[in-house]
Amino acid sequence: MKNLLSIEGVDRDAMEAILDRAESFAEVGRRDIKKVPTLRGRTVVTLFYESSTRTSSSFELAAKRLSADLVSVKAAGSSVDKGESLKDTVATLSAYDPAAIVIRHPYAGAAQMVAGWTSAAVVNAGDGKHEHPSQALLDVYTLRRRLGSLEGKRIWIVGDVLHSRVARSNLIAFQRMGAEVTLCGPPTLIPRGIEELGCQVTYSLDRLEEADVVYALRMQHERMSGSFVPSLREYAANFQIDTRRLGPRQLLMHPGPVNRGVEISGEAIDSPQSLIGEQVAAGLVVRMAILYELLAGQPERPTAVGDGPAAAEAAAPTIGQPA
Amino acid sequence: MSPDENHTEGLTDLLDVRAGRAADLVLRRATLLDPVAGIDGVHDLVIRGGRIAEIAASGEADADGAEEIDAAGLHAFPAFFDPHVHLRTPGQEHKEDIETGTRAAAAGGYCGIIAMANTSPPIDTAADITALREQARSQASVPVGFTATVTVGMKGEELTEMVELRDAGAIGFTDDGLPIGNANVMRRALQYQHLCGGQIALHEEDPDLSSGGVMHEGPVSAALGLAGWPSVAESTMIARDCGLAAYEEARIHVQHLSAKESVEVVRAAKAAGVRITAEASPHHLVLTDEEVRSLDPRRFKMNPPLRHESDRQALIAALRDGTIECIATDHAPHHADEKEVPFEQAAFGVTGLETAFAALHTELVLSGVIDLALLVERMSGGAAPFDVPRPTLAVGAEANVALCDLAAEWTVGEDGYESRSSNSWAEGRTLTGRVLVTVAAGQVAFRLRSFSLGVAS
Repeated sequence: MKNLLSIEGVDRDAMEAILDRAESFAEVGRRDIKKVPTLRGRTVVTLFYESSTRTSSSFELAAKRLSADLVSVKAAGSSVDKGESLKDTVATLSAYDPAAIVIRHPYAGAAQMVAGWTSAAVVNAGDGKHEHPSQALLDVYTLRRRLGSLEGKRIWIVGDVLHSRVARSNLIAFQRMGAEVTLCGPPTLIPRGIEELGCQVTYSLDRLEEADVVYALRMQHERMSGSFVPSLREYAANFQIDTRRLGPRQLLMHPGPVNRGVEISGEAIDSPQSLIGEQVAAGLVVRMAILYELLAGQPERPTAVGDGPAAAEAAAPTIGQPA
Repeated sequence: MSPDENHTEGLTDLLDVRAGRAADLVLRRATLLDPVAGIDGVHDLVIRGGRIAEIAASGEADADGAEEIDAAGLHAFPAFFDPHVHLRTPGQEHKEDIETGTRAAAAGGYCGIIAMANTSPPIDTAADITALREQARSQASVPVGFTATVTVGMKGEELTEMVELRDAGAIGFTDDGLPIGNANVMRRALQYQHLCGGQIALHEEDPDLSSGGVMHEGPVSAALGLAGWPSVAESTMIARDCGLAAYEEARIHVQHLSAKESVEVVRAAKAAGVRITAEASPHHLVLTDEEVRSLDPRRFKMNPPLRHESDRQALIAALRDGTIECIATDHAPHHADEKEVPFEQAAFGVTGLETAFAALHTELVLSGVIDLALLVERMSGGAAPFDVPRPTLAVGAEANVALCDLAAEWTVGEDGYESRSSNSWAEGRTLTGRVLVTVAAGQVAFRLRSFSLGVAS
C-alpha cells in the first residue's frame, strides 16, 4: 500500500490489517511512555487547505507518537494565501523529501493529484465532498471494538448525505465490512442515484428502530442558503436524533463537530449509547496505524537510482485509486 | 466529366483565410466518397487551380504538370466543417490563436470552422469582427467565420448592434459558453434576426438548475461527491427556445446536445416545423460520465458534461435520423495550469479538432454503430446552418478535400499537437484512421509530415 487516497480502493483485508495494527497502538497508548521509535528520522507533512480540529490534531499526534519529524502547513498564513498553486506547493514541500504528505483539500481528487506529483506516500485527509478514508477506518474500528463485527449489522446514516464525504466513505467501508446501510435525510440532501452503491434510501426516521447503529451527519448552516431545507427548525423536527427516537440498544455516532440541538439533541450526545468520544480516541490510533502501514510496513525508499528491489517497491501499485 | 459552371460559390465568400497558391493535384486511384453528391468509387480526382476539375477513371487522368499523389487504398472525402471552435483570440493566446487553431483544424481534415465569440473581451463590436477577419487573412490555414455575441459583453442583458456586426462580416451570433438566461432578451434577439439575418447558436443551460454542477448528475456524481449538472438544465432551456423560435418564426442552432431529453425536445420541435438545427460533439458521442471516475479534468471536464450511456445512445440515434445534422468539436483549448488542478477547480473544455474524424471512425464506424457515409456527411453538416456552402467533391466546386488513410493507426498526443493546448479528451487513445492531406478553399492546408508524396517528376 503506497497511498491512502480513498476507501473505495482499500479491500476488506487491507482495512482489517490497519484495524488490527490500530489495536496494537491502543495498547501502546495505555503505557506511560506512549511513543515508539518506528518512524524516527522520517518526515511527515500535514497540508490542510480546510479548517480541522480532530483530523489535523490526530494525524499530527500520530506522527509524533511514531517519532517522525512533523511539518504542519495550514493554507491560511502560507504561500497558498499568496496564490501558489497546489502543484507548486507540493513541489516545494517535496524538496524536504518527506516520507508522507497528509492532505485535506476542499476539492475532490486533490489527494490523488498530489500522489502524481510527489514520491512521498499520500494520505487523503478529506477531499471536497468525495472521500474521507481515515474517518471511515476509525469509525469501523470503533464499531468493531464495540460490536465485535459489522457483519449483518444495520447502520443508518442520517442527514446531509449530499455534501458529506464522511457519508460516502463510510457507506463504502461499512458495506465492505458486511453491514447493511440505509441513508436517511430530506430528499433535497440525498444525491440522485446513490442507491446504485447498494444502499437503501429513506426520507423519514419512521423505521429508525431497525437500526443497530445511527450515524448522524453534521448539518451545515451554510446549506440554508441553497434552499436545501426550509429551516433548521424543520430539519431538526424531522431528522434530529434525540433520546426519544434513539433506543437503548442503538449506538450513536457522529464525525464531529456536532451542532447540538440540530442533528442531535444534547441529551443524546451525552447518552450512554453515544460513541462520539470513542471515535475521537480511535482517530489517533487508527491514524498511527495508517502512517505505520504506509511507511514502516515498507522498506526504505531508495536514495540512489538503481534497479534493485527497492526500485521495484517504488513502482508498486497504488491502493486507493479509483478503478 | 467537365467543370460544372453552376458550382462557383466557395467558402471564402463568407469566411477568411490566408491567401496561398491554388492547388494543382491529382489524387490517383483514390476511393472517393461524397454521400450528398452521390459520389462513391475509385477514381482519379483532379484538382486544378483550386477547383475540382475532373473525376476521371482510375489511373486515367492526365496530370499535365500537377502534383500526383498515389492515393490507392486511401479515401478522399469532402473536407469537414466545424461550426463550433474556440480560437481564444483576442485575450487568451496562451491557449490558442488563429494560426495554431486553424493548423489544428487543417490537421483534422477541416476546410472551414466557425469561431466562437467568448473571447476576452468578447466579440461584440464591428471593429472586433473587422480586426479578426484581417488577422485571419494573414494567419488562417483554413477559412474561418467569426461569430459575434448576441448580448453586449455576453452579459445576457442588451443586444449587440447585430446589423452593423453582420455588415462587418459576422457569420452569426452566439453567447456560447453562457446561456441567455433572460427569455425576453432571447425573444428580442430572435425578432431582430428578421432584420439582421444570421444564425443564432445557443449554449443551452438553465443556470439555476446547473448551478455549481461540474459533471452529469447521476450515480457517478453521487459516488464522487461532485455537484451534478442535470440533463433537464439543458432540455428545459431548449424547450423554451424552441417555443420562442416557433412564435417568432426565427431560426436557431442548438450547440453541443448532450442529453436524451434534449434530443427528444429537438426531434419534437423539428416535427412541429420549428426552424432548428443541432450539433453533437465527438466526446459526447464516444464517452460517458463513467470516465469522470478518474477525476481527470484535463480529458473529462467539459460543459455540457459527459452523460450517461443512455444519453450517448440517444445522440447516436439522433445523428442517424437527422435530428442532429452535424458534428461539432467544441474545440476548447486550455493551458495546462488551468487543468492541473482538482476537478472542481479546473476549466471546462477539451480540444477536438485533430482527433474528431479518427475518433468517430474508430469508435462508431469500425465498431459498426454507424456507416462511413453517415459520418462523412455529418462531419461537414455544420456548414449549412450558417449559410456556408457544403463542401463537396462535385466537379466544378471549390476544392475542399480530406484525404484519409482509414487503416492508419496512431496514438493521440505521441507526436504532440498542432493546437497550442494539449487538453485532448482522446489523449493516449490509439485511433484508426488518419488525415494525410487537407485541401481547404482550393489550397493545400495540411500534409502529414510522415506521409511521403509521390510527386510527379
